[in-house]
Amino acid sequence: MAKYVLKRVLYAVLTILFLIAITFVMMQLLPGSPFVGDKAVDPLVLEALNAKYGLDKPIYEQFVRYMANVLQGDLGTDLQTKRPIVQTIMESFPYSFELGLRALIFAAIMGVLLGVVAAVKHGTKWDTITMLIALIGISVPSFIMGALLQYFLGLKLFQWTGVRIFPIMGWNTEASKLLPSFALSFGSLASISRIMRTSMMDVMSSDYIKTAKAKGLGRAKIVVKHAVRNAILPVVTLLGPQAAALLTGAFVVENIFSIPGMGRYFVIGVQSNNYPMIAGTTLFYGAFLVVANLVVDLLYGVIDPRVKLTGGKE
Amino acid sequence: MAKEKSVPEQAQEPEVYQPAPGDFQVVGADVDSREAIARPSLSFWKDAMHRLFRNRAAVICLIALGLIILGAIIFPMLSPYAYSDQHVSHTNAGFMFRDPGDGHLHVFGTDGLGRDMWVRVWQGARASLFIAFAAVSINLIVGMIYGGISGYFGGMVDNIMMRFVEVVNGIPYLMLVILLMMVVPRGMASLIIAYGLVGWTGMARLVRGQIVALKEQEFVVAAEAMGATPARIIRSHLLPNTLSVIIVNITLAIPSVIFSEAFLSFVGIGLPPPMPSWGVLANEGQKVFQMYPSQIIVPSIFICITMLAFNLLGDALRDSFDPKLRR
Repeated sequence: MAKYVLKRVLYAVLTILFLIAITFVMMQLLPGSPFVGDKAVDPLVLEALNAKYGLDKPIYEQFVRYMANVLQGDLGTDLQTKRPIVQTIMESFPYSFELGLRALIFAAIMGVLLGVVAAVKHGTKWDTITMLIALIGISVPSFIMGALLQYFLGLKLFQWTGVRIFPIMGWNTEASKLLPSFALSFGSLASISRIMRTSMMDVMSSDYIKTAKAKGLGRAKIVVKHAVRNAILPVVTLLGPQAAALLTGAFVVENIFSIPGMGRYFVIGVQSNNYPMIAGTTLFYGAFLVVANLVVDLLYGVIDPRVKLTGGKE
Repeated sequence: MAKEKSVPEQAQEPEVYQPAPGDFQVVGADVDSREAIARPSLSFWKDAMHRLFRNRAAVICLIALGLIILGAIIFPMLSPYAYSDQHVSHTNAGFMFRDPGDGHLHVFGTDGLGRDMWVRVWQGARASLFIAFAAVSINLIVGMIYGGISGYFGGMVDNIMMRFVEVVNGIPYLMLVILLMMVVPRGMASLIIAYGLVGWTGMARLVRGQIVALKEQEFVVAAEAMGATPARIIRSHLLPNTLSVIIVNITLAIPSVIFSEAFLSFVGIGLPPPMPSWGVLANEGQKVFQMYPSQIIVPSIFICITMLAFNLLGDALRDSFDPKLRR
């Protein structure tokens, strides 16, 4: 077990270092100098500025400096607002986190539910309907889902009924959080339900389920107490990649629904070539995801007794 | 023990049958019927294709994709307008708008700059599909080489190469693509290269897994014994055997590239204007959706149908390549 944990932690650290290196290389490759604007700058002034900010040092020294800064939590300064990027992240991240968490929880619960229904009612119209939903889910990108929901449920429903059930944008009332969360979760919901169905069908044909049936247990009890517990394991491994998908999906969903989250700042940064902002948010996102993946991996070791068993033997 | 139980205990003594001399006769070996071929011998590929074409959903998907590709090739050529031509007298026109001046028809109307949506959608199909195919080809080549080398040599080489893949995989590829797109000029080639450089890890893993499973088999040993070089073994013995898995993977990777392209265009770092792609069109439509919903709905429908068709086709291909499902 200790070896397993150590290995995962090592990977996580390596991935974060790799990410820091990539953002550093990106910043180096960008054309222009931070001190050259519209006005002509005296070469001597430029030299002095470069010396002041350490830009005259050899590149490896700059890299070490950059790495040290990042590891101490200094992600640089926003080019537009001149505020520290960490501050922007700290203000906007809670919105993104809430949106992502809502979407993830909804996707996990509904996905597992749909997958179980499809597997238990395998071959019936329930199976067909749920798998159709799943297929639509993986084929409709979240930004299209968001835009369509916004148009039909946000705008048209209001025009038809005169009652504003779903606000078109914003993130202040409970109702305004429903559409973005759903738009974001739909794709993940679909992948989770597909995995859950396959895994559930596997489990339902295994020997211990036959034993449970032979014992005379009720169908509901077999499904809930015996089958789902084992079938849910592959879904847990999927949560890490799905968190990544939700995160990138949030970039556009936050934009469509005007939610003041990190994704919105990231996209604005991309559109206005605000490089420190892009690098800073990328690093934060990357580190967040790596940690999330690590937690999922370790969690997997905890909830799957077989992993623990093999670990204990070593 | 189970066998003994299954024999019913007979209380009465059964009548013993006495064979008569004429009851049995030797049939003999009928050479013709024994050697006759029960069903035509099918190669693996013929069999898979046969089963694919029996799957109605797969055939519909193939036809739909064929029509979209054909439309993308033909319609921009047939149209009297180029995708960038502006008709300032009728901007944001609705469906089936007929130009009062020259009598030309705008099937999907026009956008905010008066550009014909029909041509833009099909030109967008060209861009989106071309990027998807090109990027997946790069992924395929890099992934096959990388995975092939890693899987064939195994040991230390494999270990290092796969650890690297794992590290790259830890970062969401869209973020890597965005970072790459920041330093290269915007354009179709950049999109293809950026995606191609980042998206190959899945393919490499897949190929490696297949090769590790295959390389212990006799035909590889035989090839080695005959003095084939590793490059030749990988190229002409191992990779062809992984082809079915790779084809399924390609079919499922294409919608993911279409999605990524649309996503990047939506974020604003896709193709430079006035070039359309489906993502660019959806992005432009999203800005005016409250007034002119058709401008987002039309490209959305195209994106969704294409992605759906590729996904369904991938599932169907997986089924038809699976020998276990053979009847």
